[in-house]
Amino acid sequence: MEQYVNIFVDAVFPGNLALCLFLGMCTFLACSKDVNTAIGLSMAVIVIQGITVPINNLIFQYLLQPGALSWTGSEALGEQDLMFVGLICYIGVIAAMVQILEMVLDKYFPALFNALGIFLPLITVNCAILGGTLLMVEKQLDFGGSVVYGFSSGFGWGLAIVCLAGIREKMKYSDVPAGLRGLGITFITVGLMALAFQTFSVIKF
Amino acid sequence: MAEVTAKKVLIDPLLNNNPIALQILGLCSALAVTVKLETSLVMAIAVTLVTGCSSAAISLIRTEIPSSIRIIVQMTIIASMVIMVDQILQAFTPELSRALSVFVGLIITNCIVMGRAEAFAMKNDPWMSFLDGIGNGLGYGLILMTVGLFRELLGSGKLFGINVFTPATEGGWYPTNGLMLIAPSAFFLIGLIIWAIRTLKPEQIEAE
Repeated sequence: MEQYVNIFVDAVFPGNLALCLFLGMCTFLACSKDVNTAIGLSMAVIVIQGITVPINNLIFQYLLQPGALSWTGSEALGEQDLMFVGLICYIGVIAAMVQILEMVLDKYFPALFNALGIFLPLITVNCAILGGTLLMVEKQLDFGGSVVYGFSSGFGWGLAIVCLAGIREKMKYSDVPAGLRGLGITFITVGLMALAFQTFSVIKF
Repeated sequence: MAEVTAKKVLIDPLLNNNPIALQILGLCSALAVTVKLETSLVMAIAVTLVTGCSSAAISLIRTEIPSSIRIIVQMTIIASMVIMVDQILQAFTPELSRALSVFVGLIITNCIVMGRAEAFAMKNDPWMSFLDGIGNGLGYGLILMTVGLFRELLGSGKLFGINVFTPATEGGWYPTNGLMLIAPSAFFLIGLIIWAIRTLKPEQIEAE
């Protein structure tokens, strides 16, 4: 249990995908202008991340890593190392999952589908998703760990974008120097937020 | 763009239409690798090559791609290019490959590559698309190198791993600035770079 709590805290605060690893930055900056869109987007990211990271974990464990195919019982297959096709497999899984989720939502939860709108397809090219999978492979998590990691990294990303959207909504009323307006001041805000998130890095259970 | 000339396509993305500062593309990987100048340089070269080659390849078969599956086709082409880069790095510079860790793989989802494929390569001939890809890669590299320069110089007093300011810990005079080595400094630097570019070119200032 402890290890899962640690994975969660680590993925939400010091290892935050957006603020510390700079993943999903493009959508992070483009879609953080108001809080409602930010919440919709972060829900989508949490769901997709929670599904794709465990699936990619299974693919990595039972198909790709050196000796992974030994469960087939065939000696020749058991020795294969298929790591080099990893990237294509992962991105394929992500694209497919996004498509499936889109269809399922459209059929059974049209309200949620309409709320998420264009963000769903955009998530395919969100580096936070692929990054989550690649970091999972690098951390060598087991299946349980990958479920927790997928969910919590998505949650951390969502938390960050909702906070930023809140700040940006208030910032409309402030007098920003002309050259910094828009993108520039957003970067500086994100930098200050990242500093704040890093102070949590000493938390360990 | 009224007229597409080779020079314009290559030079424009450097300052006038910079992928990072103006188009907000490809930020994701831009920030994480800039602690050192060396990793920034390798990343810049990798992205430039991938963008150039994939734009050219996509442009070559642009009339054959059915528009409903074009995203998947583009993804596959880009992913193949990135795997090649990744394998080359792993084979010849294993240490650099470890330092860049997941970020080479993440070139696949780098929006510059995808963005240029979608916005330019689908409409123009292969040679122009190649130049456009290279140009955008260079614009990306320019920002990356600037950020990397400041972070390595101020953060550890080195350039390319060679001491420029001798740090105080090694008996020199320069007290290293730890802030530059952690994530937030990259955000501050890019914010300041954007400020500088927009002060030079006031037409880029966002209306509010």
